Amino acid sequence: MSRTDWVDLLYIVGFSLFIVGLRMVRGPRTAVRGNQIAAVGMGVALVATLLDDRIGDWVLIVVGVAIGTAVGVPAARSVKMTAMPQMVALFNGVGGGAVALISLVEFREGHDIALEELIPIVFAAIIGSISFWGSNVAFSKLQELSWAKRRFPSLTALNLGLAAATLAVAVIIVAGADAGILFWLLLVLAGVLGVTAVLPIGGADMPVVISTLNAFTGLSAAAAGIALDNTALIVAGMLVGASGSILTKQMADAMNRSVGNVFFGGFGGGGGGAAVADDDGVDRTVRSTSAADVAIQLSYARLVVVVPGYGMAVAQAQRAVADLAAELERRNVEVLYAIHPVAGRMPGHMNVLLAEADVPYDQLKEMDDINGEFARTDVALIIGANDVTNPAARNVRESPIYGMPILDVDKASSVVVLKRSMASGFAGIDNPLFYDEKTSMLFGDAKASVADITSEVQAL
Amino acid sequence: MDLLTELAILVLAAFVGFEVISKVPNTLHTPLMSATNAVHGIVLLGAIIVIGPAEGFLNEFLLVIAIAFGTINVVGGFLVTDRMLGMFKGRKPDPKEPAE
Repeated sequence: MSRTDWVDLLYIVGFSLFIVGLRMVRGPRTAVRGNQIAAVGMGVALVATLLDDRIGDWVLIVVGVAIGTAVGVPAARSVKMTAMPQMVALFNGVGGGAVALISLVEFREGHDIALEELIPIVFAAIIGSISFWGSNVAFSKLQELSWAKRRFPSLTALNLGLAAATLAVAVIIVAGADAGILFWLLLVLAGVLGVTAVLPIGGADMPVVISTLNAFTGLSAAAAGIALDNTALIVAGMLVGASGSILTKQMADAMNRSVGNVFFGGFGGGGGGAAVADDDGVDRTVRSTSAADVAIQLSYARLVVVVPGYGMAVAQAQRAVADLAAELERRNVEVLYAIHPVAGRMPGHMNVLLAEADVPYDQLKEMDDINGEFARTDVALIIGANDVTNPAARNVRESPIYGMPILDVDKASSVVVLKRSMASGFAGIDNPLFYDEKTSMLFGDAKASVADITSEVQAL
Repeated sequence: MDLLTELAILVLAAFVGFEVISKVPNTLHTPLMSATNAVHGIVLLGAIIVIGPAEGFLNEFLLVIAIAFGTINVVGGFLVTDRMLGMFKGRKPDPKEPAE
């Protein structure tokens, strides 16, 4: 085997480790290991590259790596957890910037570059530049830098113009104009496009934007890989390009937004799919979740308070609930049940059902005993209860249930509501709890939903 | 390598990418994005390969920046992901056994 063969062989090892690692990041138990495996893959690919006999200028390589390490490590170590998203944006941006710079140098070095190399170089330059500048704007917005905090009007028309201009310059370059100045112009146009595309987007949508730019950087890396005949870049870049696109879609879905809506809707425009205009004109959106998410939330909680209601009785879900609680207790999660005096259709309705399912009696707490506990509750799991959790009873004078004592579930760190649909409760009134930011809804039959959550918990 | 082989690899990698992220719980969206983010730090290799044959101060200067950028992407990306995922472990203390 020649030296190049060895390099390629190590590349195969490297990108296999990427694939295995990323797969493992999908599950919370294997995620840490998965990330480490991907990092090892990166190490293998790096060593392989250094074996390549085209490598020279060792001093410059060491200087570059040293600078990068000196900046990257402390930044990643010291960043506050709350500032994580903007840090990811920044790391993504520099990746895109690196691709843009590589493309620039490749263009400047080459003479009469073949089309099959020139097209990927131009593509990588455009996407890399968009990603670099777009990510920096995303960072500035999340960091709440003053210049980015302002409201910006929708810039769709300008963006279309910029995109057209970028494309025109790209075509001229590909057609054979060997002028370095045109390539700089290409990078500038794409960069401005990156800025103006991200600037009007509101802070809440930034994760979707960052994920999109992440996929972009991946695509640009893959294009650079084709230009450089480097399999590691092609595979790793495309892997990120594809998985990043799917991830972007899933994130947008989870927020009830479409990706197009995020990028072309302007500031806060469009609104969520489930947004309903309230009587007093306030836009309200419910957040729906999945069994897998609820399972993770519950497994990593210290205290879960189950709030059963009529819905649990109708669905005959008490056994499923007891199974879920047993599964959680095996994971050292404390589970209590909050029993409202009028939960269900008769006093003691819930106690009977839960006793039938062999729930230990000392876990069933009366309203006055449990209300003090909600402040230290990680997840309040509401199963088919509605009016007994309605905060309107506390503070909305006009509400028909104003003054009714309720379970203070809104004091819990997060609330998960299992519910058949958005229909209102027995009293026929809307529940502001469902629109609370910390509330997520899992729609469906209570029994089926609880069983789904249990099997997801078991799979963790 | 000829272009068609590279395109074949590209397409296959795309399908693997789609498969790898078939179903991810919302809670893990951000860490996963961060992990994939670290993986495209692979561009560091591109910069290292190009700097060998590169000539002239400007080209080498641009590539040193590219190498620094790529390194930040790689080390920062993996470290931040590791810290994020560490939160999941840290949030699961054993209530029955008090911490040392």
